[in-house]
Amino acid sequence: MKNTYDIVIIGGGPAGLAAAISAYDEGVKDILILEREERLGGILNQCIHNGFGLTRFKESLSGPEYAARFVDEVESRGIQVMTETTVLSLTKEKQITAMNSTYGVFVLQAKAVILAMGCRERSRGALNVAGSRPAGVYSAGTAQKYVNIKGYMPGKSVVILGSGDIGLIMARRMTLEGAKVHAVCEIMPYSSGLKRNIAQCLNDFDIPLYLNHTITKIEGEKRVTGVVVSEVDKDKKPIPGTEMHFDCDTVLFSVGLIPENELTKSAGIPLSPRTRGAVVYQNRETETDGVFACGNVLQVHDLVDFVSEESELAGRSASSYVKNGKRERNAVSVVNGQNIGYVVPQKIDKNLGGSVKLFFRVTNTFRDCTITVKCGDKILLQRKKRIVVPGEMETLLLTEEKLAEVDGVIEIILEESV
Amino acid sequence: MFDIIVIGGGVIGGTILRELTKYQLKVCLVEKENDVCMGQSKANSGIVHAGFDAQPGTLKARFNVAGNKMMPAYAKELGVKYINNGSLVVAFTEEDFQTLQTLKKRGEENGVADMEIISAERLREIEPNVSEEALGALWAKTGGIICPYGLTIAAIGNAMDNGAKLYTDFEVSSIAKTNGVFEVTAKDGRALNSRLVINCAGLASGKIAEMAGDTDIRVSARKGEYILLDRESGDFVSHTLFFTPTKAGKGILVSQTVDNNILLGPTSEEQDNGCTDTTAEGLSFVIEKVRKMSKNPPLFNTITSFAGVRAYCDRHDFIIEESQKVQGLIHCAGIESPGLTSAPAIAKYVTEELVCKMLAPARNDGFNGTREADYFFKNLSIEEKNAIIAKDPSYGKIVCRCEQITEGEILRAIRENPPAKNVDAVKRRTRAGMGRCQGGFCQPYVAELIAKEQNIPLEKVTKNGKGAELVVGVSK
Repeated sequence: MKNTYDIVIIGGGPAGLAAAISAYDEGVKDILILEREERLGGILNQCIHNGFGLTRFKESLSGPEYAARFVDEVESRGIQVMTETTVLSLTKEKQITAMNSTYGVFVLQAKAVILAMGCRERSRGALNVAGSRPAGVYSAGTAQKYVNIKGYMPGKSVVILGSGDIGLIMARRMTLEGAKVHAVCEIMPYSSGLKRNIAQCLNDFDIPLYLNHTITKIEGEKRVTGVVVSEVDKDKKPIPGTEMHFDCDTVLFSVGLIPENELTKSAGIPLSPRTRGAVVYQNRETETDGVFACGNVLQVHDLVDFVSEESELAGRSASSYVKNGKRERNAVSVVNGQNIGYVVPQKIDKNLGGSVKLFFRVTNTFRDCTITVKCGDKILLQRKKRIVVPGEMETLLLTEEKLAEVDGVIEIILEESV
Repeated sequence: MFDIIVIGGGVIGGTILRELTKYQLKVCLVEKENDVCMGQSKANSGIVHAGFDAQPGTLKARFNVAGNKMMPAYAKELGVKYINNGSLVVAFTEEDFQTLQTLKKRGEENGVADMEIISAERLREIEPNVSEEALGALWAKTGGIICPYGLTIAAIGNAMDNGAKLYTDFEVSSIAKTNGVFEVTAKDGRALNSRLVINCAGLASGKIAEMAGDTDIRVSARKGEYILLDRESGDFVSHTLFFTPTKAGKGILVSQTVDNNILLGPTSEEQDNGCTDTTAEGLSFVIEKVRKMSKNPPLFNTITSFAGVRAYCDRHDFIIEESQKVQGLIHCAGIESPGLTSAPAIAKYVTEELVCKMLAPARNDGFNGTREADYFFKNLSIEEKNAIIAKDPSYGKIVCRCEQITEGEILRAIRENPPAKNVDAVKRRTRAGMGRCQGGFCQPYVAELIAKEQNIPLEKVTKNGKGAELVVGVSK
């Protein structure tokens, strides 16, 4: 078998597919996509609801339909794909060890690598939720897999913890499948899900959303029989006396997504503690030359449309790296300041030229606020916002002219108007 | 008709069962759950204690020290992970320091080798993350760690490979003895006969004794809550760190596990009904103690919390003896810590000193004590992996991405002795689902493999036995 490639892409979900297509169209044809599942498409394959592609295609597609458009493009270009293949390790020298049933364990050498492994759900265990450990406790995505892919109902009577988008989508999905969803509990004072999902998945089905509430106990010896839900104070501590009891046979957790960066870490590529994704330049190159990252393995996106956009950028950059080799950098850092949770990219290479789109999240809900991008005392950009929420990613464009003024660390802050 | 029925599929019942198969005896083990190792043997600290803790002259001291010496070879033979990482009893006060002297002296009396009291400076050299407030420690170099469920499952599996029978979902409801023959009956009506019965029923050992007509075994239990951290933080400590025991109790431990996780706990709460719920208070207590023991514990890397119960008897020592009331009934009761460490030594004693004297069996020359490790693939070389995949392509497919466990390993766990019949059983044997996503990705695959292998619909696949079905029906 062939074991050198210009570009190897780890992950055949929306990020890997878009990156492959754009890299190919930029002139690098020797590309291999490695995918651990049976088919390309990643988590989109189990997202059978619609609403995908509104930004990109101006139409509402289901997850599999959205994926199919990219899979078709990959196939029509003849880009090579290996499915049911797991990458075991990655080195800084861009050596990839992978395994499947056909070839066993094999080592590939790539000129450039694109990391597109996506993310995983935070589990019940990570939260130290008290109580028993019966059957019927699932992360929302696992339940989605059972219902939409395997064709089984994980339960009939459901309480959901966390109002992330998958949790909201599953509240509706389980209801449509005949289950009773009693409540969605969210420990924060706001939902991290999209507004449209709150409206279409909860409000339209009369499913109550309890903000500032969490599950304080799971009950049931063999199978879940109920949960205790409590209101929390501003330090997220349960308030005694506010306990509510729900009888249920299922608890779904939708309490955050974590980029799957075990390979990135094993290669010694630096990660941002904020995003838990790699530290990248604006072209999505990591601190290791020729290794790029895009999609949810880099930062958890709200919409797949944005994953595709970011991955096309990574694909073009990888292609340019293969053609032109390593560049000299003239880097400045971008840091998240007051009221900003994180920002991507964390580094800007001024030698790359062009404008730079900054992606960031705020740390809380703010109304009538001002977002400022500055370098020392120099204000590069300022935007007034009527409302910003942590659940929706914000972007700002830093033009080439503005970047020319930059001579040190760029900071992005949010100030509440007084 | 069996020679011996062992009641209880924990580490004591399991190691005894295996020891018995070294003789020409017809033996079986009955377990009330759907899998073996479902009680205290599955949720404990996994420590191979050095033996300085127990009072000289007790059975605990005797079997602890003997078991500690046996464990490295025993684990190796059964393909179970054991690491001689050493234990550190950390002192925080002058009074603690005095206690370390007492413990060392006690250890020496019990026959524990290689103990040393070390300074704060030396302690920090070998454990850089220990608290700045630590004044020193007792370093017991023979202390170790082992996979407790791995040991139990391997012992029972090996016993079965050597001819022992296993009956799961066999909840004993009565024990009768007529003309020197025991009849042990299960709740569902199944009945087995034997010449001897060995009571290794853990929390239920008092109840089992009573069924047979012996009211001398009085069992209570304590619950211990634990927190487990991801392998990513696996090097936070390398030894097992204990607090110095005080009048207020033994405190908790901070330890590496054989799978390179970090284990924190346990609490110690009186709990007679066997309930293994975790509590907010319990877990907070663990966190508070961990922060006292160590600097900046990586609690953000928590992957799960759990609790286990430990049975103890009012004699506050192990009870390992033939019943005073019922001839042919052997009790192994009140086997609290250091029971896991003691298990191989207890098994040898029960077999050689009690059973052999009663039944005088001949040796089983066909006995083969070795067993292959349950999960192993990840650590092989590329050449070794490819040799296996060439023979069986299912080893080329990763099912559990977090722990890199292959389909081949999962299928083997479902097929080999003792067969894994549910998702948790597969997890304990292979680690599939034990990593950072806690089965979020692999559980549906594992469930399908079980359904296919057992030829049952997915609706019948359980987390840990009847009543714990994973799905409730098909979607529309």
